[in-house]
Amino acid sequence: MTGFLAALGRPVLAVLAAFGRVALYAVQTLASLVRPPFYTREFLAALLHVGWLSLPVVGLTAIFTGGALALQIYAGGQRFNAEAVVPQIVAIGMVRELGPVLVGLMIAARVTSSIAAEIATMKVTEQIDALVTLSTNPLKYLTVPRVLAGTLTVPLLVAVGDIIGIMGGFLVATGQLGFNKATYIQNTLDFLESADVVSSLIKGAVFGCIATLIGCYHGMASGRGAMGVGQATKTAVAAASILILAANFLLTSVMFGS
Amino acid sequence: MIALSHVTKAFGPKQVLTGVDLVVPKGQSMVVIGGSGTGKSVLLKCILGLVQPDQGLITLDGQDVRTAEREAFLARFGMLFQGGALFDSLRVWENVAFRLLRGPLKRPKAEARAIAVEKLRRVGLTPETADLFPAELSGGMQKRVGLARAIAAQPEIIFFDEPTTGLDPIMAGVINDLIREIVTEMGATAITITHDMSSVRAIADRVAMLHDGVIQWTGPVAEMDNAPDPYLQQFIHGRAEGPIAAIR
Repeated sequence: MTGFLAALGRPVLAVLAAFGRVALYAVQTLASLVRPPFYTREFLAALLHVGWLSLPVVGLTAIFTGGALALQIYAGGQRFNAEAVVPQIVAIGMVRELGPVLVGLMIAARVTSSIAAEIATMKVTEQIDALVTLSTNPLKYLTVPRVLAGTLTVPLLVAVGDIIGIMGGFLVATGQLGFNKATYIQNTLDFLESADVVSSLIKGAVFGCIATLIGCYHGMASGRGAMGVGQATKTAVAAASILILAANFLLTSVMFGS
Repeated sequence: MIALSHVTKAFGPKQVLTGVDLVVPKGQSMVVIGGSGTGKSVLLKCILGLVQPDQGLITLDGQDVRTAEREAFLARFGMLFQGGALFDSLRVWENVAFRLLRGPLKRPKAEARAIAVEKLRRVGLTPETADLFPAELSGGMQKRVGLARAIAAQPEIIFFDEPTTGLDPIMAGVINDLIREIVTEMGATAITITHDMSSVRAIADRVAMLHDGVIQWTGPVAEMDNAPDPYLQQFIHGRAEGPIAAIR
């Protein structure tokens, strides 16, 4: 019995300890954010990498999702003569849920993995130690610019993803399902509320922060050698994806639960 | 002067340093020798604060390194890492001038670049190398860029971690000569880690041998060959037979 409890307790303690370490890392990052120096060049590079270069993958994910959503809603709506709600449901579905979550997951796949692999490689090749010996705090130089860039650019990516997703639904609905173009747009605009858009942007900021922070944390905590880099990357993507989905549930509960 | 007193460090159950006592006088070039995995790199990292020792005292000019203001303390050091540890995303000159482009030693970009090019020339690299990325360089060139970076801000103390590992004998000789010249020219205090005996003879004023977590022998390089210590003699002559187990 004692052995069973110990076996059960070990992974629970390990998970709690990991949460504690990530939380401490987040606090240190936040504290570093408000203390100089600030590395502008690294921040601009991170903006480009996290934001601009993620646009193609975000756009493609959103347009296909919006199109598929329109088809599903139309097919499902037909069962109870509600196929006319396609514009409204595509809009609300994309803006409130699918846009932020899919962009968050795409960022976890594209950005978290590359950040974790890059920083882990830097650790394995002693570049992190070299930074320290060059009087540069790795947290300020590597983590702060990336986390700030993620928190600021992912909401914009989510906004772009929302618009492209709605456009995907529009293209399918008007091209394939016989909807009138002007009516579709009017219904979308009439139905969406500013709270929907704000919630989408807030989710984007939280997901961007999670994706970049987790990438940096696992990169810094990487083990030795190529296996350590691989493990850090894999763990970072899995952890970021799960945390994004969990945060999405929490944020939806807080913002729309009542 | 750098002084280590009863410094210990363990990683889990593995006791790496069991009580290191070592003094490196100011302006001297100390070479630390010892087998692979004996904790030579850990020793350097303990001095720099990259690894925290479990016990013992490390002082720099009489001040406990733990109480020193971190940035000012690190500004006194330059380090050449075993693999170069050049930043892949930065050009060669930006690597060399890293300290001069940010922080308290920040200079105008053109001036920082000029200093970097001069340091590259000092280590035998042409100005054309300055705009390349580290991945475009050979291993020997990367070592030389690492050396240029280590000396760019004119540090008082320079650490060299396995400066000739992985280099052909000619390039190793070039690096050894460069290190000796630079240390003499700058009047810097240097600690070099190596198991290359030609490096020891080219670089060292004094030698310390690390074995079983302690300094087994230390003394002037001129006395090394005639020292009666059997561990030292086995190591410097590369004998399989002796008190140091071949299988560790």
